[in-house]
Amino acid sequence: MSTHSSRLAARMMVAPSVVLLLIWMIVPLAMTLYYSFRFYRLLSPDRTNWVGFNNYLWFFNSPDFWLALFNTLALVGGVLFITVVLGTLIALLIDQPIKGQGFLRILVIAPFFVMPPVAASIWENLFMHPQNGLFAAVAQGFGAQPILFLEQYPMWSIIGIVSWEWLPFATLILLTALQSLSSEQLEAAEMDGASPFARFRYIILPHMTRAITVVILIQTIFLLGIFGEIFTTTQGGPGSASTTLPYMIFKQAIAAKDIGRAAAGGIIAVILANIVAYFLMRGLGRNLEN
Amino acid sequence: MGKIQLTKVRKSFGEVDVIPGIDLTIENGEFVVFVGPSGCGKSTLLRLIAGLEDTTSGVIDIDGKDATNLPPAKRGLAMVFQSYALYPHMTVRKNIGFPLKMAGMDPAEQDKRVERAAKVLNLSNYLDRRPGQLSGGQRQRVAIGRAIVREPAAFLFDEPLSNLDAALRVGMRQEISELHQSLKTTMIYVTHDQVEAMTMADKIVVLNAGHIEQVGAPLELYNFPRNLFVAGFIGSPKMNLIEGAEAAKHNAHTIGIRPEHITVGDGPWEGVVGLSEHLGSDSFLKVAVEGLGTMTVRAPGEVHARHGDRIRLAPAGKIHRFDTNGLAI
Repeated sequence: MSTHSSRLAARMMVAPSVVLLLIWMIVPLAMTLYYSFRFYRLLSPDRTNWVGFNNYLWFFNSPDFWLALFNTLALVGGVLFITVVLGTLIALLIDQPIKGQGFLRILVIAPFFVMPPVAASIWENLFMHPQNGLFAAVAQGFGAQPILFLEQYPMWSIIGIVSWEWLPFATLILLTALQSLSSEQLEAAEMDGASPFARFRYIILPHMTRAITVVILIQTIFLLGIFGEIFTTTQGGPGSASTTLPYMIFKQAIAAKDIGRAAAGGIIAVILANIVAYFLMRGLGRNLEN
Repeated sequence: MGKIQLTKVRKSFGEVDVIPGIDLTIENGEFVVFVGPSGCGKSTLLRLIAGLEDTTSGVIDIDGKDATNLPPAKRGLAMVFQSYALYPHMTVRKNIGFPLKMAGMDPAEQDKRVERAAKVLNLSNYLDRRPGQLSGGQRQRVAIGRAIVREPAAFLFDEPLSNLDAALRVGMRQEISELHQSLKTTMIYVTHDQVEAMTMADKIVVLNAGHIEQVGAPLELYNFPRNLFVAGFIGSPKMNLIEGAEAAKHNAHTIGIRPEHITVGDGPWEGVVGLSEHLGSDSFLKVAVEGLGTMTVRAPGEVHARHGDRIRLAPAGKIHRFDTNGLAI
């Protein structure tokens, strides 16, 4: 199946879709690049001209930008940490043979089906609300003042909400990895005198590294662009305390109607995503090989 | 230091009695083979001894100490699994050294023991490879290596050769036997292959539906099967079992004649050859004998009989007699 002509035929037949995908990717990227060097505000659409790197410089000189950059990375890192650690523990727990296992698994997976703005609203109004929220009721039950989650700890709150949404995904993938571990390996380790913790450390965890890598890579892609949860709850505030890079771009594009700056922010976001991807692949890519 | 005694050991999974109650003594240094058809409870029995399954009732004694409720690691036994159960992300060195590491042994001593085990098993050149880079036979040896470094009171083998091809199986069979000769440690070996049982065992335990049918040395089982089940299970090809008038002549309900105890040539039985397999050293013939049914005959050397030929057969050797309950008379 790999004669010269068959390889040529394969290339020719794949070519249309490759070309289409390339255009699909190149055109928006090129347009964003073009606008990022332009002065272009929708409030004065007739006043456009080249401004060089001004749009980029505006970002780099804005103190909000560095906070947003930090917040974006904190969000990704925090959610990854929480979902991988808790996901592993929950997967270990629901892998135990118990009655109603199927129903339990559906319950665990359920949060993933809730749309991000809905999930954020549920958390904002039913859990974190200082008067009606469950957490406030618990705090008052102990005689304490309700914590103003979204005002005092906005980033932590958003990390919590997003973790709740992504925990099912991590749990599901880690659970399937756990189920593919041969029970004989665990029994052999048991015969070899490994304690439950040693079995986890030396047998289960190494078996799960590939699944954990997949969870980290996939989640990073989605977490870099988290927007709905912030928009629904804190709107990037108080002040700019919970503004992330995507939210900052949104504010430039929709609130300030400055297409040039928003485009520059978009290019910065693309570069950031590539830097993150580079370090992730360097650190974890090895786990995906055999 | 490897005497294992089972007293009324029973195991049930819910309603199902897999092992209704077994009494068995395994002497120190013995090579005992549990053999039986699949689903007879032989693997379950091994797992009960290992401690990987809890006994429903009964007592398991290891070296005179009650081990019924001890966890597997505390029983001083080592097990070789059917799938080898090697740790895929560890090198051979780490695989073999794992039990020692878990025991908290000094790393230098660990290394020494691993090197020694590797030398015995011809694995010295493979110590830094991972199990995925080894052949089936080498993986098998790593699994054995992991068992021997612990210097256990007894080895448990759960169908260790069933994933190997025929040639390797014969080789590994000899290696395990040699290992037993040199270590002189108790070994319990589970298999469904009666050839493995016959060639390796000091003592064979034939199991059927959770019961022990017979315990004895290989040739004892071959020459004096206690009942029809053992008669049919031990020996290859299977013993011919004949009922009816021919059996009545011998005052039995059923008589059994081994294929190698029938001669071709002159004789009282006449039949048509259905299938002939020529192995060179032996010829196996399936002969439809009138009034007796199909008989398997094992004739030494080359016999020129083909499909459709009429030949005469004569019994020449021991005729085993069984009563209506299937017990030997």
